[in-house]
Amino acid sequence: MTTTARGGAARTAVAVPRARRRPGLALGGAFLALVLAMLAGVWVGALPLPPGAVVVTLLDRLLSPLGIGVPGALEGTQAAVLLELRLPRVLLASLVGAGLAISGAAYQGVFRNPLADPYLLGAAAGAGLGATLVIAYSPVQSVGPVGIVPLAAFAGALVGVGCALVLGTAAGGSHSPTLLLAGIAVAAFLAAAQTLVQQQNTEDLREIYGWLLGQLGSSQWSDIVLVLPYLGVAGLVLLLCGRALDVLAVGDDEASSLGVHPGRLRLVVILAASLVTAAAVAVSGLIGFVGLVVPHIVRKLVGGSHARVLPMSLLVGGAFLVLADLVARVVLAPAELPIGVVTAFIGAPFFAGLLWVGARRR
Amino acid sequence: MFGSSHCATRSTSPALLALPAALALVLTGCGDSASDDEQAAPSSSADGAFPVTVTGADGELTLEEQPENIVSMSPSSTEMLFAIGAGDQVEAVDDNSNYPEDAPTTDLSAFTPNAEAIAEYAPDLVVLSNDQNGIVDALDALSIPTLLLPAAETLDDTYEQLETLGDATGHAEEADEVISDVQDRIAAAVESVSTDVEGMSVYHELGPELYSATSDTFIGSIYSMFGLENIADGAPDAAGGYPQLSAEYIAGQAPELIVLADTVCCEQSAETVAQRPAFGTLPAVQEGRILEADDDIASRWGPRIADFAESVAAALQG
Repeated sequence: MTTTARGGAARTAVAVPRARRRPGLALGGAFLALVLAMLAGVWVGALPLPPGAVVVTLLDRLLSPLGIGVPGALEGTQAAVLLELRLPRVLLASLVGAGLAISGAAYQGVFRNPLADPYLLGAAAGAGLGATLVIAYSPVQSVGPVGIVPLAAFAGALVGVGCALVLGTAAGGSHSPTLLLAGIAVAAFLAAAQTLVQQQNTEDLREIYGWLLGQLGSSQWSDIVLVLPYLGVAGLVLLLCGRALDVLAVGDDEASSLGVHPGRLRLVVILAASLVTAAAVAVSGLIGFVGLVVPHIVRKLVGGSHARVLPMSLLVGGAFLVLADLVARVVLAPAELPIGVVTAFIGAPFFAGLLWVGARRR
Repeated sequence: MFGSSHCATRSTSPALLALPAALALVLTGCGDSASDDEQAAPSSSADGAFPVTVTGADGELTLEEQPENIVSMSPSSTEMLFAIGAGDQVEAVDDNSNYPEDAPTTDLSAFTPNAEAIAEYAPDLVVLSNDQNGIVDALDALSIPTLLLPAAETLDDTYEQLETLGDATGHAEEADEVISDVQDRIAAAVESVSTDVEGMSVYHELGPELYSATSDTFIGSIYSMFGLENIADGAPDAAGGYPQLSAEYIAGQAPELIVLADTVCCEQSAETVAQRPAFGTLPAVQEGRILEADDDIASRWGPRIADFAESVAAALQG
């Protein structure tokens, strides 16, 4: 699919302004931003750590498999905080942010709708119901080293998207407005079911509420192991679909004539984006606004071509969530703010500002 | 949503509240007004002396007769009612009231209370800790007497509520006995611990999301009595009395005592805490000073708070 799409993408790219034709530079800048954000993320925290020692310790752990030891590394509680708490948390934030942003960009492309976000089609409502059911009724909370709540959220998100797809396809093929409406119906039903379960189990409210707001505070290395394969495989699929999505943007008939099968492409993109979303939700709860706002920021930077928006969203989304998590840790330190609150608080005004600036330019 | 929401109070004007009480007095109590006035004064009534006037957060309430059909919509109130010997008068309790065992549990929801469902039990007194969904006004409209006893912020609040319930149910003397028993047991628990523990740091956990409770909360006041240093107090006021702490802050504070109030809800234990990242190095974990408390006992402001104080003392001795 991707090889046939390449010719079409080259043609559509002609419309992109000259200033936006340096994807390498933009990608490099975004990658640098992500690295800097992650360094800031491991440095800042409730327990003050000397920045020099942080870098030394990270280098030491990186090089120790090669038999090289770096003197001056942290030890004891400080090392444990850095390596067992901060590092997995920052890595997880970058993975979740990257996953939500790229699936947001993919949804917006495939539905040709600027308001599309990763939680479309019942992914969030399904994950919420799955997590709530397990918190309320499950006699066990973990299977081996893996928590059962993430697994249930993952399954719930897939069930939600699956229902929307089946309902939407049955009602009108892959015609996107029909699919969106099916998603809304499924989401409303699942959300209602979740509220019902919640009302029946008020003693679990705090836990459910905490999960719904999104949390990275309890990040562990096992969470990263859980999310990485999905983000890796499905993310790669999305990246490869970028050019085909550009062709699709011209229109279904034109895309068909260029060798892109619109229906099949939509299904692949929706499935891949939903899988990434489900994995992200499973380990972090519902973190809003990243998947909606990051692709828009990226498009302002590099133009509308999906071949650029998708990889850029991956990097910018990662950096954005790492910084948002840093803010969540700092604002009320040593208390924490739910990260979903921070992403909306930072994202919404920033987004509104972008819209305002854009409107004035026109 | 939790903790602080219990503080919701009603804003009905005192005049409106007094009206039904005054009417009731006019209708039934005209005959011997002299003795009535004397006995209606709060706290002066002896056992079985009705009418009696008590004060809740929803204003003054005058009960003409000893209530025989009480509905308790709060687990703490249920525990208090049974402790002071008013259990026989309790007709129904809400779905969260799981102690004592012989409490007549129903599916009445304290979270989304329904006036009609409560009215079905034909109560002559409803005790609530929360005015959710305008339930107090709704019960007023049905002429059902209500007593709003919100979440205690101090131990004195608990004693006051026991006294109020004692007066309202005709068990004033037993309530006084329960109060002095609780006071004695807490004092003895504090006494039993060596003064060496003063300044020892404690982390109270409400959930695996690391929500905690500061010294400004009811449960936090217990730790203050033992002279313990509560690590949640490092959180700014803006975080409320129940801040969500970060794991690395807890690790950095190196608490010497950890109290788990999430053993039932969330299956936390000394073992699961030791397995958490970076928690293995904490003094409380290494010295095995982790109290696996019962969630309910550690979150209600009823008489079982003495049990909790005793278990804290045991953890500090051990």
